[in-house]
Amino acid sequence: MSPLEAVLEPLGYAFFIRALVASVVVGLVCAVVGSYMVLRGLAFMGDALSHSAFPGVVAAYLLKAPFYLGAAIAAVGTALAIGWVARRGRLRGDTAIGVLFAGMFALGIFLFSTIPNYVGDLFGFLFGEVLGISDGDLLALSVLAMIVLATVALLWKELLFSTFDPLGAAAAGLPVVRLDYLFLALIALTIVVSLQAVGIILVVAMLVTPAAVGQLVASSFTRLVGVAVTVGIAGPVIGLYVSYWFDAAAGATIVLVETAIFIVALVARRGPIGSRTDERSATT
Amino acid sequence: MIAPSGGGALAAGAAATLTGSAVQLRDVTVGYDRRAAIEDVDLSIERGSLVAIFGPNGGGKTTLLKLVAGLLEPWTGSVHVLGGAPAQAARRIAYVPQAEVVDWSFPVSVWDVAMMGRYPRLGPLRQPGASDRDAVREALERVGMAGHARTQIGRLSGGQRRRAFLARAIAADAELYLLDEPVTGVDVPTQEDLMDLLAAESRAGRTVLATTHDLAAASRHFEQVVGVNRRVIAAGPVSLLNDPDVLARTYGGHLLVIGERGVLLDDAHHHDTPSGGERHFHDEDRAR
Repeated sequence: MSPLEAVLEPLGYAFFIRALVASVVVGLVCAVVGSYMVLRGLAFMGDALSHSAFPGVVAAYLLKAPFYLGAAIAAVGTALAIGWVARRGRLRGDTAIGVLFAGMFALGIFLFSTIPNYVGDLFGFLFGEVLGISDGDLLALSVLAMIVLATVALLWKELLFSTFDPLGAAAAGLPVVRLDYLFLALIALTIVVSLQAVGIILVVAMLVTPAAVGQLVASSFTRLVGVAVTVGIAGPVIGLYVSYWFDAAAGATIVLVETAIFIVALVARRGPIGSRTDERSATT
Repeated sequence: MIAPSGGGALAAGAAATLTGSAVQLRDVTVGYDRRAAIEDVDLSIERGSLVAIFGPNGGGKTTLLKLVAGLLEPWTGSVHVLGGAPAQAARRIAYVPQAEVVDWSFPVSVWDVAMMGRYPRLGPLRQPGASDRDAVREALERVGMAGHARTQIGRLSGGQRRRAFLARAIAADAELYLLDEPVTGVDVPTQEDLMDLLAAESRAGRTVLATTHDLAAASRHFEQVVGVNRRVIAAGPVSLLNDPDVLARTYGGHLLVIGERGVLLDDAHHHDTPSGGERHFHDEDRAR
């Protein structure tokens, strides 16, 4: 098989095209939301929220409700609850995350284990099944992705200011607490968008890895997002092909490609930008 | 510089008594986790003043600043800023956090930081336009950072970093600058430069309120001072810093007065020492 054939052959399959479109949409929205996420130090939150979506997915199955609805309610609900628990209980954010995310995931396993004779597709929930995505799923995913992207497009300035300097932003009149909650909800929705493509366990990589590459190589926020989006789109495209050629799990392959790009960027990176060393040396 | 009071900008009634005040605190108590950080604070600051809040670490300087910024709600008493509640005046307030709490590796340039000063007035629907760019350019020129507009903030010196944040306040067209430790950790010539900029802002009618635990800097550069240690110990002209009694009461026992003018703080570099922790020893000493 020539290289050209190797590239063109999978495009003959509708399922591959759908998977390609879905994972590019997922990669795009994850890269944009992930860029703010890494700057806010919320990588662990991404992991927590994806696990929290699990009981919603199972409950939706039990109630024969749409998968996206269950996942969205569970993930957004947990996101807001984490913010609320952290504030109310005066706990560190990561403590609140740890408690709620494990609790929600346990609830998911509990519900899952009560399904009689249902061996079902636990593997699909956990690791994604982008090649099995339907037209309806693709539509739902794209609509959700558009909502998230439109919200970020509308509030990019406010999110940037409140991420960089929450005190200064709040004093200047930005509704920082509400922006924090809104951003948590955006992460949750992004995770819902991504669940089918890469699954609960690996979503965090789609969010964090492209943005981390952006952080490594870019010194401005616009460039960070640009790099993240590039990696976020290239990862799924390359990953899907590789998984097709090697007949490997698609979600995992996509994540591996992005991880490889991260490692290359890390090794190739030259002078540190605004690194810890810079901070200390600048005293005058 | 104390601006003359009067002027009819404010409506009649209760607000009229606030005319001329940039900041007016009445009987305010506030803290964290049910523990009061500052209590029963009464304070009035005229528009156009250049004021240093001094006092021991943990004495409530930053709390006072956050209260004025509207970042903390008073438990009791009232806070009036620029004639209303802090939230109503928010777009005329610029708050500059301590350099220590800023993430200097954040991927923003000096230009970006100054432009953030324009965001609140734009709102979500409008993008920065020509007038915003003009305001940022002018602000950067005023603080002498026009040549560093595109520099990522982590690559700046300590003095340049503070200039970048000052440019944000200027670009925001703020009337009240609240600065947390603006001259801490920079050398004396840099302090002079920064304070010249702040003095110029104050002469232009803007109110500058800054915390500092550097008494030498406070006495060199500010016109008025407020001594804070859980309460407002004293407020008035900078000459208060020559009053050993004011210093002793503000710093509890953490202070040695050497000779007539020299002042040495024994806790200036111990950020984590709670102000109350060791005080009893010195208090007993004094009592005898």
